[in-house]
Amino acid sequence: MAVVELLLSPLPSHVRTARLVVVAAARRAGLDDELVDELRLALGEACARAVGLHARHVPDQPVQVTISDTAGGLSVQVTDQGPAAGPAVDDVSAGLLESDGDGSRSDFTGVDRMLDALVDPDVALAVVTGLVDDVDVEHGPGGTVVTMRWPLPTAAQRPGGTAVATS
Amino acid sequence: MDLSLSTRTESGPGGDRTVVVVGGEIDVYTAPKLREQLIDLVSSGQYHLVVDMEGVEFLDSTGLGVLVGGLKRVRAHEGSLRLVCTQERILKIFRITGLTKVFPIHSSVEEAVAATD
Repeated sequence: MAVVELLLSPLPSHVRTARLVVVAAARRAGLDDELVDELRLALGEACARAVGLHARHVPDQPVQVTISDTAGGLSVQVTDQGPAAGPAVDDVSAGLLESDGDGSRSDFTGVDRMLDALVDPDVALAVVTGLVDDVDVEHGPGGTVVTMRWPLPTAAQRPGGTAVATS
Repeated sequence: MDLSLSTRTESGPGGDRTVVVVGGEIDVYTAPKLREQLIDLVSSGQYHLVVDMEGVEFLDSTGLGVLVGGLKRVRAHEGSLRLVCTQERILKIFRITGLTKVFPIHSSVEEAVAATD
C-alpha cells in the first residue's frame, strides 16, 4: 500500500495545493483520466468544505487528507474537526439559490467572511455524494470523515500493463 | 492556473451584452475575484451578462455560488446572465447541482448574444 498524507492549514489557497497533490498521486496510481477529473472535483469540494469549517471554528487545527493506493483501489479521505454537517440537502440547486453567494453576512471578516459567503458545507457535501459512486460520510463528535474510493485498473488493463507487470 | 478575466461589449438583437471571458480555475481561492467583477459590472449598470466559460479548467460549488449571486443581482435589474460552455466536465457540475434549470447555457458567445428570450 502506498500512502500520501497532507495536513492543510485552513486557507483557501491550500485547497488547490491539495487538488494538485491528490491528482498527481491518482495519476501515478493509474486512475483513468475520466475518474481523475471526478476525483479532482470531489476532493476540491470536500477540502473546501473542511477548510471552510476549520477557518470558522478551529482555525489552529489542520485538515487532514490521506490518499491510499491499495489492492482494492484508490481511497481518498478528508478528515475535519468541524461541527457536524446539517441535514442532507436533497435539492442542491435550492441550497445554492438560498445561499446568497454575495458575502452579505457582515459578522465575519477577512478569510472567514469570504469562506462563509462562498462555501456552503451542505452543498459541497451534496456535490461529493452526487459525484462519487463509492463514498462514506461519517459524522462523529470530533468532526467528519469523508472517504471516497475509486477502482484502479489491474496491471493487465493498463496501457503497456503487461510490460509493467513483467518488468 | 490562476483565474483570468476580461470583458468586452457585443451588440445583439436585444441590445448590448457584456461578455465576461473567464479562464483558469474558479474555486474557493479565486471565486472572490469573479464575484467582485460581477458586482462591479452590475454596479456600473451592465445588467445583461454573457459569461464565456470555455477557458475554464476547473469549477467547484463556490464558483457556482458566485454565478448564482451574479444571476440574482442582474435579475434584480430585469437583466440576464447567460453562460457559454460546451465542456462536459464543467457541464457535469451544473447537472449534478440542478443549475441547468436555472442558467441558460449556450454553445457559443454568438448564440448567447443573439438570444432574446
